[in-house]
Amino acid sequence: MNGFFLSIGTGLCILTFFVLYRVVFGPGVFNRIAAISAIGTKTLIILLIMGIIYDRVEMFVDISMVYAFLNFVGCLAAAKYLEMEGQEQ
Amino acid sequence: MSITIPFSVLFMVGGLFFFITATLGLLRFPDFFTRLHATGKGDTLAVLLCLIGISLHEGFSLTSVKIIIIAIFMSWAQPTATHAISRAGLKCGLKPWMKKEE
Repeated sequence: MNGFFLSIGTGLCILTFFVLYRVVFGPGVFNRIAAISAIGTKTLIILLIMGIIYDRVEMFVDISMVYAFLNFVGCLAAAKYLEMEGQEQ
Repeated sequence: MSITIPFSVLFMVGGLFFFITATLGLLRFPDFFTRLHATGKGDTLAVLLCLIGISLHEGFSLTSVKIIIIAIFMSWAQPTATHAISRAGLKCGLKPWMKKEE
């Protein structure tokens, strides 16, 4: 069972590197924010899988919850700031 | 061998599949709004499936209740964040991608 979760986690890590292409080369700031949000959701699952592999899920689930909250708040703050910037022009 | 293990494997593989499709959409679609259309829906479903699979693997405990709380929060937060980003992009003057006329 550990090998199965290890392979799922490896697949998610490879997908994260593909999304990193959009963060680095994406045209404009909005593509970058969307890609960073996608990376955050993948990281949440990777953290839980790490917890299962290390047999410490009860610790990693709290880290994962905080990561979900911070990802959402950061995404919303960036969107609000850019919206204000757009209305000033 | 518990009876929940095949369901857990099924949910995790489904989540990985939807993660792959969402990433493919983010890389290949031509424009910002279409990319959000791919990631906003695909990532939400994939996160829900993966969290349900992990909580089935854990069995009934405080940990799996916390994982279900994360799932409920993500099913509400991900569409909200997507909506906020797309509205900011529209207010900043990004044009949606259209088919070429003529």
